[in-house]
Order: sequence, then structure tokens, then C-alpha cells
Amino acid sequence: MDTMIKTPVADSAPRIARERPLKIKARNVDVYYGEKHAINDLSIDIPDSAVSAFIGPSGCGKSTFLRSINRMNDTIPSCRVTGNIEIDGRDIYDRTLDVVQLRARIGMVFQKPNPFPKSIYENVAYGPRIHGFARNKTDLEEIVVTSLKKAGLFEEVKDRLDHSGTSLSGGQQQRLCIARAIAVNPEVILMDEPCSALDPIATARIEELIDELRQNFCIVIVTHSMQQAARVSQLTAFFHLGNLVEVGDTDDIFTAPKDKRTQDYITGRFG
Amino acid sequence: MSGTYFAIMAALVLAGFFLGAQRARGVRGDQAGMLHSLPAYHGLYIAAAVLTVMMVIFVVGAPLASHYVVSQGLGAFDPSEVAEQLHRDAALRDIQNLIAGIYQGEPSDKLKAAAAAYSAASSLVYWGLNIFGVLAGAAVIFWGLGRITPELRARNQFERFVKYVLLASSGVAILTTIGIVLSVVFEAMHFFSKVSPIDFLFGLQWSPQTAMRADQVGSSGAFGIVPLIAGTLLITVIAMLVAGPLGLFSAIYMAEYATPRIRSVVKPILEILAGIPTVVLGFFAALTVAPLIRGWGQSFGLDVASESALAAGLVMGMMIIPFVSSLSDDVINAVPQSLRDGSYAMGATKSETIKKVVLPAALPGIVSAFMLAISRAVGETMIVVMAAGLAANLTFNPLAAVTTVTVQIKTLLVGDQEFDSAKTLSAFALGLVLFFFTLALNYIALKIVQKYREQYD
Repeated sequence: MDTMIKTPVADSAPRIARERPLKIKARNVDVYYGEKHAINDLSIDIPDSAVSAFIGPSGCGKSTFLRSINRMNDTIPSCRVTGNIEIDGRDIYDRTLDVVQLRARIGMVFQKPNPFPKSIYENVAYGPRIHGFARNKTDLEEIVVTSLKKAGLFEEVKDRLDHSGTSLSGGQQQRLCIARAIAVNPEVILMDEPCSALDPIATARIEELIDELRQNFCIVIVTHSMQQAARVSQLTAFFHLGNLVEVGDTDDIFTAPKDKRTQDYITGRFG
Repeated sequence: MSGTYFAIMAALVLAGFFLGAQRARGVRGDQAGMLHSLPAYHGLYIAAAVLTVMMVIFVVGAPLASHYVVSQGLGAFDPSEVAEQLHRDAALRDIQNLIAGIYQGEPSDKLKAAAAAYSAASSLVYWGLNIFGVLAGAAVIFWGLGRITPELRARNQFERFVKYVLLASSGVAILTTIGIVLSVVFEAMHFFSKVSPIDFLFGLQWSPQTAMRADQVGSSGAFGIVPLIAGTLLITVIAMLVAGPLGLFSAIYMAEYATPRIRSVVKPILEILAGIPTVVLGFFAALTVAPLIRGWGQSFGLDVASESALAAGLVMGMMIIPFVSSLSDDVINAVPQSLRDGSYAMGATKSETIKKVVLPAALPGIVSAFMLAISRAVGETMIVVMAAGLAANLTFNPLAAVTTVTVQIKTLLVGDQEFDSAKTLSAFALGLVLFFFTLALNYIALKIVQKYREQYD
């Protein structure tokens, strides 16, 4: 396997990747939507217990790669993924792997908050219920409360857990979605532009939350906001036109980018 | 008479439009921005005014005119001869036949005189109305042209005209509905003056065959609708047991599992099922399904009537599958993809996602699809007429012959009937019951939808 490793991962691995255990390893990944080549020969190492940010202009393939990590692209009939993506050394595109179990280990938060049209309680209980995590009602209640607390939402909604999840504000809905995702105790949390539909105050709360969650989870976040990437992430990967242009410690990427395209993008010359 | 009038009206409306537009251009001259409205709106403004005035003249004038013509024609007879409505109608028919040259036999002098007066009056009215219409239309055009100035808000005025036309259209629909309901209510009240509402609503016996003479057998008649309601419910329940699961499951398949290619084939085929005339389904039920069921029943040693509730219900279920599936398919498709993504990302399988997220979100629409299907089943006539029979048995045995409200209404009103007997009038009372039944269903559906709505926006 190791012979397949290519740049940019090989030459000088980012500090954060050396300090933390490896969680997600992608090698030579190509993604096609029908005829369209969305991601071209991508290789990256994503460390555990850290926030990795994918940045880049629209249509550069960062969301596509994110959705390849929990195989959400399977729901799109025309989509085809080749190459190798491993989580904890296990190939996730292996035929013997059950995609349902995979997704139970990987939480996902979407661009637009998408709470189910159920009560707040039922939203968080959804995952534990379908995976049979709770042995009884008390167990389930504890999971729900803990998840809401971790998502920083419990104090605001503790008196109205039976209200509809859709009755919350946009920022609260997004934190509810995060609570829903962490209720099944995943190892990885994927976030697809989680703050793009939120106002600055709600965004700040989510960013704080991401920073807290970093202790226990491997978090991968796609963002359009370079300030956000700089604030919350330790590793940053810059995508452009389906290529992974540059990956490195966030501090390095934003202060001393190696590639001309990265520099142009983060200084606002295009994108 | 009216044909000419409407031709004239069309011509004047067109003339009004072109004259108005032309005048507006003349007023404007070379300065494009000078007019408040575009020239075409000035034309439309005048055209709308002509149309309104001439329509009002016709709507008011035509009935007055025909009343005048009739009174002139009948004036030739002695008032005593035409005192009754029946005689008046007969005399009028004679006059019209004589004028048309198809009168049988030798007309009396009186009739000839009446016909002469009648035709004189009608040609007078014909010319009168047309000339008056032309003058009025021309006057409106003239008046309108005088009003055209750069400041005239022709566009806003025309907008108001459009609003009133739309209002009038919806008014016609509403008034028609109210008219139908009132007519049914009044006839039903006639019926209830003959049969007490308590006997009607709670009676267990339905046999409307009232005899002509008091000394005949069965002269009393019995108007208890309980057997009819029971039969209707029985057949509706059977139909929904067929159409509910089949329709919903095929909707789920089409919306969630089928590839676009399969969907593009299956969906039209299902919709063809909705296009089969119910009369065809009816004889399918009576000639194919009912004997089949009876054959099976006999092979199990069951006593099955040749016309059974089961046969009618099964075929009616087939009929309403497309309603359930097509409407449910639409509402399932309307559930945002983001909810499915959210569920899949939690590690839910497809059927878990459908059961726990998609269907609850689509529930209001699915409930209303079911309610619509039930309304159809309750109101359906042709299939039950052919397959369920006429025997008003009070039973919930699906293998027995039953009858429904609609079948009885049809039976009561087909053929020569006296229109003041309790038998005939009971049809209106049944219609009223059916109306309230469907109304109640719709109301319940609305309440269910409001209570269990899971809003996803």
C-alpha cells in the first residue's frame, strides 16, 4: 500500500498529522458523475482528534469528496468512485462492508439544517433507536440529554423537548442536527458548510461547539469561509477544479502557502 | 335573436378596442412617455366598457323582451283560457308550432290571431333590442374616446375589470353549488313532510315500493336508510382494504425504489387504470369477478350470492388504486431530499428512512389521498349497480348481496315516476345524506391533517 503514496502527502507531512493518529486515509481517489470527472486522483491523510477543513471555490469537489467518506454518493445513481478510502485501516468501499454500519460510525451535518419533522427528543433519539443503542427508556433519555448537552442546545430546549424540531431557529436547528449526529457516538463527523445558512452569532456558537467536539471526534468540515477554516481547523486542504492542490497545517496554509493558486485564493484574487 | 346581438357586440368591442388604441396614439403624438398607460390599454378600457354595458342590456333586456312577446301572443286568448300554467304552455307551444309551420290540424282563428300578434311582437323586440344595443355600444365608444387623455389610468381601470370578471367566474361556481344544495334540501324537506326523519335515519327496513292503490300489498313503504348506509360502508371498507395498501405501496415503490425508466413505464399504466370507464369496470365486476368469487365460495362450501358486496368492493378498490397511488406518489416526491439524506447519513436503511421519515412527513397528503379515495368509493354508482345488487339486506357479510345509497338513488329515479310520491322524493333525502357524509369525511380529513402535520420547512 505504502508504495502508492503520492504527493502532496508524502514529502513533508503536516505537523498535526504526525502528532495525531491517522483516521482517514485516501489514496488515488477519482469520482465521476456520469461523464463529469469531479475529483481527480486525490490522496490525503486526515488525523483523528482534530478539525480538518476543506476549502476552495464552488464546484471544486470538496463536498463531493466529503460525501465519499460516508458513501452518501451511493444515493446518486450516476456517481462512481474509484481508488481507496480507508478508515482505521479498513477499506470503506470493500464489498463486504455494510454501508449502513459505516454511516452509523460517521455522523454528517448538512449545509441546510435538516431536522426531521418530529419532536426535538425524537430527532436526537432517531439514531440510537434504529441502531438499538438504548436498552430501555431511561437509557435513551440519557443519550438524548447528553447529546443535547454536548451540542450546547440542552439549556435552550429542555422545557420543550416535545416541540417540533422545525420550530427552532436556524442556528438551533443546526445544533440539533449536530446533537442528532453525535447521539450514535460516531468516530468521524462530516460537516458540509454547516454555517452557510446561519447568521454570525449562530455561526460563532457552532464554531465554539466544533472546537469542543474536536477533543473526541475526527471532524472534517467543508467551508466557503476562509476565516472559519482559519479559526476552527488544524489541518487545511485546498481544492481547485477537482484537484487537491495543497494540504498542510492551517497556520502554514494561511501564512505561507506553497502553491500560487492557494495564495491567490486565500488572498481573495479568485473564488 | 341572441346570435345577431352577440355578433354586433363582438364587432363593437373590436371597434372600441381599435378606436381607443388609435385615439390614444393620436393623443400621445411623438412623445412616448406622455401617456399614463400604453395605447393598447386605452383600447382594452373602451372594449371592456362596451362589453359590460351591452352584456347588462342583454341580461336585463332579453327576459323582459320574451315576457312581452309571450304576453302579446297570449293576449289573443281569453284570460280564463290561459289562467293555468299548463294551459299557457300548451297555447304557447301551439303558437310556436304554427309559426314554424309544423302545427298539426286546422288552426282556429283565435290561434291564428295569437300567432300573428306573437310574431309581430317578436320582430319588434328583435329589432328593438339590436338597435338599442348598437346605439348603446356606440354611445359608450363615443363617451370613452372623449375620456382618453394622457392622464387617464386606463391600465388600472382595466385591471379592475379583470378582477371583476374573475370574481364573477368564481361566483358562478359557488352559486351553482349553493343552488344544487338548496334544491336537494327543499325536495328532501318535502320528503320529510311525508316520512319522519327519525324513521328515515334509524329505520332498519328499506322498501320504497309504495303501491298505487291503498288496497294493494305493501302499500305503506319503508324508508329506513340503515341497510343502505351499512351496504355503502361495507363496500367502501372492502374497496379501501384493496386500494389502501396496494395504492400506497405502489406509490412508495414508484417514488423511492423504481429507477426513472421503470417509473416512466409503470406510472402511465397505473393512470390508464383511472381512465377505464366505471361502467366497464361494472360489467367486469358483475360478469367476471362475481361468478369467480361464487365459484370459489362454492368450492369451499360457502353460500355466496351471485351479486356480492365482495365483488363490487374488490373492483371498486381496483378503480381507486390510481387515486391513492398517484396522489401519494406526488406527496412522497414532495418530501425534501435533505430529509432522506439526513436519515441515510444516520445509518438508516432505505425502508427505515421511508417508514420513519418520509411517510410521516408525507402523512397529511397521504391522508387526504385516502379521504378523496373514500369519497369516490362512497359516491361511485355504476360498479355497485351492476355488481352489488338491489336487495337492501342489513348485513356485514361480504358474500351477501347488499345495496348502497347511490344505487337506490339511481333506481328511484330511473323510469317513469310521479314526482310527488314519497318514493321519488326519498332520492333527494338520500342525496342529502350522501352529501353530508362526504362533507363530514372531508372535514375529518382536514382535522387529521392539521393535527398530525409534520411540517418540513
